[in-house]
Amino acid sequence: MVPIAYYLVLAAVLFSIGIGAFLIKRNVITIFISIELMLNAVNLTFVAFAHRWHQIGGQIFVFFVMVVAAAEAAVGLAIIIAIFRTRRTLNVDEIDLMNS
Amino acid sequence: MNSMPANYLWYIPLLPFVGFLINGTVGRRLPRGLVSAVALLFTAVPACLVAWLWSTMLGAGAPEVLHAATRPWIAITGFQVDFALAVDHLTLIMLAVVTGVGFLIHVYSVGYMALEEGYWRFFAYLNLFMFFMLVLVLAENFLLLFVGWEGVGLASYLLIGFYFHKQSAADAGRKAFVVNRIGDFGFLLAMFLLIVHFGSLSFSQVFGTVAAHPEWHGAAFLTAIALLLVLGAAGKSAQIPLYVWLPDAMEGPTPVSALIHAATMVTAGIYMVARTHVIFDQSPAALMVVACIGAATAIFAASIGMVQHDIKRVLAYSTVSQLGYMFLACGVAAYSAAIFHLLTHAFFKALLFLAAGSVIHALSGEQDMRKMGGLRSRTPITFWTMSAGVFAIAGIPPLAGFFSKDGILYQTFASPNPIGKLLWLIGLITAGMTSFYMFRLWFKTFFGELRLEPAHNTGQAHAHESEHDEGQAAHPHGVHESPWIMLGPLAILALLSVAGGWIGIPAALGGSNHFEHFLDPVFASAASTHGVSALNADQVSHGLELALAAISVLAALGGLYAAYVLYYRKPGSATELAMRARPLYETLENKYWVDELYQSFIVLPLLMLTRGVLELIFERGVVNGSGRASAMVTRGFAWFARKQISGNIRSYAGWLAIGAAAVLAVMTFGRSLWVHL
Repeated sequence: MVPIAYYLVLAAVLFSIGIGAFLIKRNVITIFISIELMLNAVNLTFVAFAHRWHQIGGQIFVFFVMVVAAAEAAVGLAIIIAIFRTRRTLNVDEIDLMNS
Repeated sequence: MNSMPANYLWYIPLLPFVGFLINGTVGRRLPRGLVSAVALLFTAVPACLVAWLWSTMLGAGAPEVLHAATRPWIAITGFQVDFALAVDHLTLIMLAVVTGVGFLIHVYSVGYMALEEGYWRFFAYLNLFMFFMLVLVLAENFLLLFVGWEGVGLASYLLIGFYFHKQSAADAGRKAFVVNRIGDFGFLLAMFLLIVHFGSLSFSQVFGTVAAHPEWHGAAFLTAIALLLVLGAAGKSAQIPLYVWLPDAMEGPTPVSALIHAATMVTAGIYMVARTHVIFDQSPAALMVVACIGAATAIFAASIGMVQHDIKRVLAYSTVSQLGYMFLACGVAAYSAAIFHLLTHAFFKALLFLAAGSVIHALSGEQDMRKMGGLRSRTPITFWTMSAGVFAIAGIPPLAGFFSKDGILYQTFASPNPIGKLLWLIGLITAGMTSFYMFRLWFKTFFGELRLEPAHNTGQAHAHESEHDEGQAAHPHGVHESPWIMLGPLAILALLSVAGGWIGIPAALGGSNHFEHFLDPVFASAASTHGVSALNADQVSHGLELALAAISVLAALGGLYAAYVLYYRKPGSATELAMRARPLYETLENKYWVDELYQSFIVLPLLMLTRGVLELIFERGVVNGSGRASAMVTRGFAWFARKQISGNIRSYAGWLAIGAAAVLAVMTFGRSLWVHL
């Protein structure tokens, strides 16, 4: 049996990579992927704990997160396409219409 | 007729207030006829109530003082003030003057103001004035009297500044208000002293205590109260040194000058002194001050009135001078003589003002007597009625002014006051001056030739700055007699000016002085300690009274003769005389430079204090400075906060991550740190 600490370390690493990418990258799609990475890092901790404590709730929560992430991906990609069509760029630093 | 229930007293002041509410709120949308109907109705009904009240109070078995049911107003431990009304014989006289003359002037105003802007506003204010004036005379305690006192001041302010778009009118209103505040300050202090000492402001309680045990209170203390009251009365009744507002108050419409600044409001100070005579009786010093102020004001204002050119200003200084007479009478404890003169003065001075208004109306707004003349044939009714007023105020027997003024002069002469003879002499000279300036007005206005420029007669140039401008467009055809609605009140007041004095013919002249006996219940105590009847009976001789009356008639005739010579027989001689006595003439014409003196010694230093010290240091330094400092602190914080809001989403996310990490760190390691510490 794999100790739970391994799962948690992996999740932490994934989450940190997600945050780092989110903060560093300028491409909207890359930022989007880094968000997905953070979500899945959290999902990993959920299932790890659910398995460890024999609680079904954690696993159910993962499904919720996946459903929300799917919806978010659909909406997010639609927005990205719309932005790209109007502004011909995916660089977030140039998408600053509301920053006076 | 049934006697009037005491609680109906409340309707007397409240009905004009209802009229004020109606005209003041919806009057703007009502037709003029309805506005005047409302104003007249709500003045006529109280006048009828007053008549009913008279018949009640004169009926058999009527109480000396009629009290209306009261409601508590201010009630704290050990001190209570009620909404209390009471009527005694003094109040009856005041009520008759206020409602009677007030109603006549309302009627007159309907004609006089017919073409003016703000018609509804005028009548609303007039009714408001009636309300407060009636509260003033009906009040049974100092505080309610003070409410009326302040209220008439407010109405006066509003009506002086009725033509508020004219700078001089607005200034005059403000001046009246500010000068009256100085007097009110004295009144307030007097009330505070009364509260501290008596724990009550009710007339009956205060006067009862004072009269029963005068030795309990200390003469100095009562003198202090009396002098503070005198300050208040001097403000309201335009006495030295606070008289300066009244001549300027002539900026108001003429009916206002007649009602407020001649017949009623300015007599409030006299009424107040007479009402509080119990206090004054205990203080010979205060009485002396009152007498001196009165005599000084009488002669001072009369001398100014002799050389003024504006017809209303002559009457204004005349009013100040006559009020000085009333003060003088109060000062020698001849209260009933003061009230008698107040009554007759209300008749003839209201008449004179209304007639002057009719003259001004006839001349399409001209007020300068140098341009008047020859109006006798063109405005005959105005001429005859005004003549009644002029002869009455000049003291020609048997008109009203003769009896009342003579009563004052005689009582001054015969009073035990140490300088009574001197005061009498001043009063006598003033009587001569009064006669002179009134006949001067009379000759200049009604005799000789009309001296208006042709422009006035053709009615093409109405550019002159007079208060009556507003209503003149409809009278383009020169001199004209006033309409009947204005002449009616004139005629009634002329009758009263002729006959009004006959109720007070003294015994020496074959009368029985009903008036004085009528007021006996109110002033009996005063007369017995300070007045003429305090003297031995043999000192009061009818021969002396007759001789004094003859002398004052001679003074009046002398004034008449001087005016006749200077302004009728040799019209140019007045100017010559003025040229020869140039310094004196200029001093008089410039009103002794009192306004200028006040301006440079009181107003300017105050302005310098406020502008130089208070505004610079306090207003700009403390008030503005603290505001600016707090604004700067806020702006500093805002500057710092704004720097954090870059609009860059990734920097927000960075802060979010750092924050989350910090929270995580505290939750993970903080507890163990806490335990170790």
